[in-house]
Amino acid sequence: MGRYVARRLLLAIPVLIVTTILIYLAVFALPGDPIAQLAGERSFSPAVAAQLREEYSLNDPLWQRYLAYMGGVVQGDFGTDFRGRPLSDIMQQRFPVTLKLALVALVFEAVIGLVAGILAGIRKGSFFDNLVLVSTIAVVSIPSFVLGFVAQIVFGVQLGIFPISGQNDGLRSFLLPGFVLGSLSLAYVARLTRTSLSESLSSDYVRTARAKGLPERAVVGKHALRNSLIPVVTFLGTDLGTLMSGAIVTEGIFNLPGLGQLVFQAVRGRESEVVVGVVTLFVLIYIVFNLLVDVLYAALDPRIRHE
Amino acid sequence: MSDTRPDRLGAPVDTPGGTALDTPVETGPGAAQDLKTEAALVTGAGGDLRQASLWSDAWRSLRRNPVFVGAALLLLVLALMAVFPQLFTGTDPEDCDITFGRQGPGVNGSLLGYDLQGCDYYSNLVYGARVSMAIGVLVVGGSLVIGVVLGALSGYYGGWFDSLMSRITDIFFGLPLILGAILILNRFDKPGLLQVSLALIALGWMTILRLLRSSVISVKDSDYVQAAKALGASDFRIITRHILPNCLAPVLVYATIAIGGVIAAEATLSFLGIGLQRPSISWGLQIEGGRDFVRTEPRLILLPSAILSVTVLAFILLGDALRDALDPKSK
Repeated sequence: MGRYVARRLLLAIPVLIVTTILIYLAVFALPGDPIAQLAGERSFSPAVAAQLREEYSLNDPLWQRYLAYMGGVVQGDFGTDFRGRPLSDIMQQRFPVTLKLALVALVFEAVIGLVAGILAGIRKGSFFDNLVLVSTIAVVSIPSFVLGFVAQIVFGVQLGIFPISGQNDGLRSFLLPGFVLGSLSLAYVARLTRTSLSESLSSDYVRTARAKGLPERAVVGKHALRNSLIPVVTFLGTDLGTLMSGAIVTEGIFNLPGLGQLVFQAVRGRESEVVVGVVTLFVLIYIVFNLLVDVLYAALDPRIRHE
Repeated sequence: MSDTRPDRLGAPVDTPGGTALDTPVETGPGAAQDLKTEAALVTGAGGDLRQASLWSDAWRSLRRNPVFVGAALLLLVLALMAVFPQLFTGTDPEDCDITFGRQGPGVNGSLLGYDLQGCDYYSNLVYGARVSMAIGVLVVGGSLVIGVVLGALSGYYGGWFDSLMSRITDIFFGLPLILGAILILNRFDKPGLLQVSLALIALGWMTILRLLRSSVISVKDSDYVQAAKALGASDFRIITRHILPNCLAPVLVYATIAIGGVIAAEATLSFLGIGLQRPSISWGLQIEGGRDFVRTEPRLILLPSAILSVTVLAFILLGDALRDALDPKSK
């Protein structure tokens, strides 16, 4: 186990480095002049442009700038926004909102997804099973921003059950956006649980359990379910990283003051520094979660680490 | 990477772990049995049985699958809209009159009313199909070229090239689709169709490579490949004539579903304001334009949302039907 974890961690380091290089290249080495972009419609005078280039060290070679930027990121310095506020302060202030939203979404997908998947998996081919199949495929085909608006219109405007936007109602204002954010993964969790459970149910050890006369509850709950939940649990783990980045759309629509909304507004206001800073943070979170899940997977399933 | 993650384009990937969005509408054992009994009848009567290749077999079962026929017809209509929008509307979507701004359906003979700028909503919806279909086809086509070529090479030759490609795909999988696209497109002042497509290709080719690589590995040691080798066929001929035709089925299923995912991604990016920009016509931009009127004019959001979701759904259903038809296990 220890060796597996060590190998996995060592493999992650080059991936992390190359990914950040890719991010950096995508942002700073593609054609286009950031200073001209900063100026917008009217261009700066050459003197101002030169001063800005100096200030943002745009004249240094790319690798030097990369090292300087990553050096900052490692120490928690993501640069400043247009008004000169350090991004790390803003992020710290907004992070809890995004985390809360992602956790609400995770609870939704875990509870509803698992229950639907288990019920469908136990009785494959039943009416409920088909209902789960059809509804999950419908959910998967609706892009999350569309689902967000539809939820807003139906539950917020017409039925008036949930607040339409903002976070003034405490946890209640997180329910609707949380559900929207988690809906796609909810469909996957339901499908994954269903497939995995029905596979275990037809395996030899379940037949043995049945043959020795165990009650159905114990067969499903103790023998089949535990094994079939391994992929589901690891999926849920990876998904926390994905959910946080999915918050860009959801927080924008529901006006929740988290990191996603920050990106949403920065994209509109063309504040590249903010976009890059927050998205870099999201990508790092995503990679770290993937890594943790790989380790978790090995801990749960001995077959993985004996490869 | 664990094998339990759905693909980033929102398309399910077929893995042994069972991530697949398996058969949504089960054709049931009935369809397969019909074919079997038909074959038995034909042979029993002494008639000759048509040669049943995987593809002709698949086509025969697809023709009888109402889900496939429905999705295919819908996509045909959308494709027609994309190529000949004039067939569906006589109104120019860019011929806007601000005095009609946000007027409802029926005003001035308009089918679905007008948007904020007084542009005809229905003709905007029709012309929006072009961008979605173009980006969907371009991105998946581009990803197919990259994924199939590199996947075939790394699967067939293995060795250092394979290890290198595996590491590179790992790295690209580390970038979530929308986040990566935001980073890339952030750089362009006014990204157009080409920039958006290239960004999505850059972030979307890896799954095809992995799928193809694994199916190439699974067939490259089979007898018919050995036979071709023994007869002195060149590597190029073996790969293109013998291996690829037997490996393409899972890739094509994935690609079909992925078109839907790409279309959704484009709409999301355009909605966020980082994809296509006005005056381009795109469903994502239309939805974005209606966002300030959620309370008063939900029509502005619901109409483009509906056509967008139906398009994505059609591609997913088509891909699922293809999977059922091409999977020999379901027969």
